[in-house]
Amino acid sequence: MILHAILTVAAVTVSSLAVAVFPRSVLAFLLFQGSLLFVYLARIPTWLRATLLGVALLVLMPLIGAYNGYYLEVATQVGIFVALALGLNIVVGLAGLLDLGYVAFFAVGAYTWAIFGSPHANVIFGGGFPLDPVWFYVFLLFGLLVAAGTGILLGLPVLRLHGDYLAIVTLGFGEVIRVLANNLDKPVNITNGPKGITPIERPPTLLGVSYGEYFYFLVLLIVGVVILVNRRLEDSHVGRAWEAIREDELAARAMGVPLVRMKLLAFACGASFAGIMGVVFSAKQVFINPESFTFLESIGVLAMVILGGMGSIPGAVLGATAVTVLNLQVLKGLSLWLNELKNAEVIVLGYNLANLPTQFEPAKYERMIFGMILVLMMIFRPQGILPARRRQRELAELATPNPRHVVATPP
Amino acid sequence: MSALLDVRGVSKRFGGLTAVNRVDFGLEAGIASIIGPNGAGKTTLFNILTGLYAPDEGSIVFRGRPLVGLRPDQIAALGICRTFQNIRLFANMTVIENVLVGMHTRVDLGLRDILLRGPKFLREEGRLWTSAAALLERVGLRASANEVSRNLPYGDQRRLEIARALASQPTLLLLDEPSAGMTQGEAAALMALLRQLVGELALTILLIEHNMRVVMEVSDRVTVLDHGEKIAEGRPAEVQADPRVIEAYLGRGSGDRTGRTRAQR
Repeated sequence: MILHAILTVAAVTVSSLAVAVFPRSVLAFLLFQGSLLFVYLARIPTWLRATLLGVALLVLMPLIGAYNGYYLEVATQVGIFVALALGLNIVVGLAGLLDLGYVAFFAVGAYTWAIFGSPHANVIFGGGFPLDPVWFYVFLLFGLLVAAGTGILLGLPVLRLHGDYLAIVTLGFGEVIRVLANNLDKPVNITNGPKGITPIERPPTLLGVSYGEYFYFLVLLIVGVVILVNRRLEDSHVGRAWEAIREDELAARAMGVPLVRMKLLAFACGASFAGIMGVVFSAKQVFINPESFTFLESIGVLAMVILGGMGSIPGAVLGATAVTVLNLQVLKGLSLWLNELKNAEVIVLGYNLANLPTQFEPAKYERMIFGMILVLMMIFRPQGILPARRRQRELAELATPNPRHVVATPP
Repeated sequence: MSALLDVRGVSKRFGGLTAVNRVDFGLEAGIASIIGPNGAGKTTLFNILTGLYAPDEGSIVFRGRPLVGLRPDQIAALGICRTFQNIRLFANMTVIENVLVGMHTRVDLGLRDILLRGPKFLREEGRLWTSAAALLERVGLRASANEVSRNLPYGDQRRLEIARALASQPTLLLLDEPSAGMTQGEAAALMALLRQLVGELALTILLIEHNMRVVMEVSDRVTVLDHGEKIAEGRPAEVQADPRVIEAYLGRGSGDRTGRTRAQR
């Protein structure tokens, strides 16, 4: 225990120093992230864990951002996807409702602020826009409510659907929202179509912090609230009802679980997290267009939940972090490195890399490697990196015969 | 005198098959059984009573309230709960969590209480866990409270289903073959437990059962269904002697099998 305590403190210290000394080294930043995971997993007292994580996220991370602003941007994006993954985790992981169009709620939140927080609303209402940036805080709540309402709207027609059928309908729903965003520039120009909306107002920052730091702290705060809400829901009769629906819908109904209300609540809760982050996203980016809300984004969030471990809050956090960092840093870094090799005309096994045909350009490997990682994960660790306690058992079911089947076969 | 449960002329058809055909059926206190050959419509009747199926015709009145058209969760809230023929526990949840889900209709907490997690939430949640533990104690599963339910031995799973159904504090408990797959000893112990519950909780129990020894020993009344129709009703001894019941079980002129083996499958 003491050894662990010393090691974790050392890991956090050394890795943040490494980032300070080599601000452009991806490895150093990865080391820093790894040290946080180590803190989470190490056998140390809770107060030490909380202190270390608090110091790392509240003090060290902004400091690192002062050395390399891009890292703060990465951390902010990680936070946004953590909230999305946690929202989807309620729908897919707890209630067992496979949703392939989840990013639609993110889009709804984003457009809510984008339209009213930019001069674009003048096209619809005549004048008086953009709203004062202070309205941003109101719209955090408003975006959440609109997205939750959209979640209920999606939930109503799919109440009777399960599994594959539900997945297809939600996929369609996600596409409908994207297509609407793409085409609602006529007859009344609501979304400005594929051109997108810009400039979107940013809220006034406090205490003179930079926008990078401001959005980092805002996202951190929201993620904190989302985790808290998630944990409280999970540890209540609502969370248990969701899991019961996932396990056996018919039995859950017979035991008095109001199916309609619980399913709609799951959709609404999941959607609301995406909605509030959508508002933040649109303000952070200043510009949004339908391209940010493609089907691939929904799949990406789903991959985070599955990779982390379905139904597990730490899993969703880790999955979102891993996938985002992989996409933004590791794979990008890898393809940059390969490109450098190519440009330097390095010769591997007698073959000059400069002669590589364009079809084999390193940038094209990014998605392929990501796909391979997903495939390997599903083969070797199907329950995810940090699985929920019970989810792990559910998958073990495949390996060990279910006692029910052995004993209960009717004579 | 108003009966606890009054079923009048209930029918259910699946395509061309009439699974339940104009069944009249009344229940008062105590333990009653429904018996009948496979495919007689017993489980279908249970599904109708608990709101999983809507009957094509007929009326059901429970404690003076019509049930037809209500959702399963509303019926559970009114005080009818059940177990399933092929165990349907929430397999990957722990034993005590299964019972807690059964209490869903008795939870007096809103979303706000959950999110605030104030004293009201903690008090109510504490009450739920205490009474869930007490229920497990009662069916003898207290020691396995934190086991994942699908790891339980078969007989324990059956008893957990009963505990989960009891968690909603029902007035009427429907048990679909509770002793299936149990030894005579286990079945006898289970029936003793049921008798005890009826005495202590002011509970009425309706059983579907194939084990004739159990049925005849434990039931106050027996109803016999065959091909979706009620063919006999009465005290166990009367029903046992009814020629139509014997015919339903044995078939006309099949002399080589005994009623009991057929009845036990």
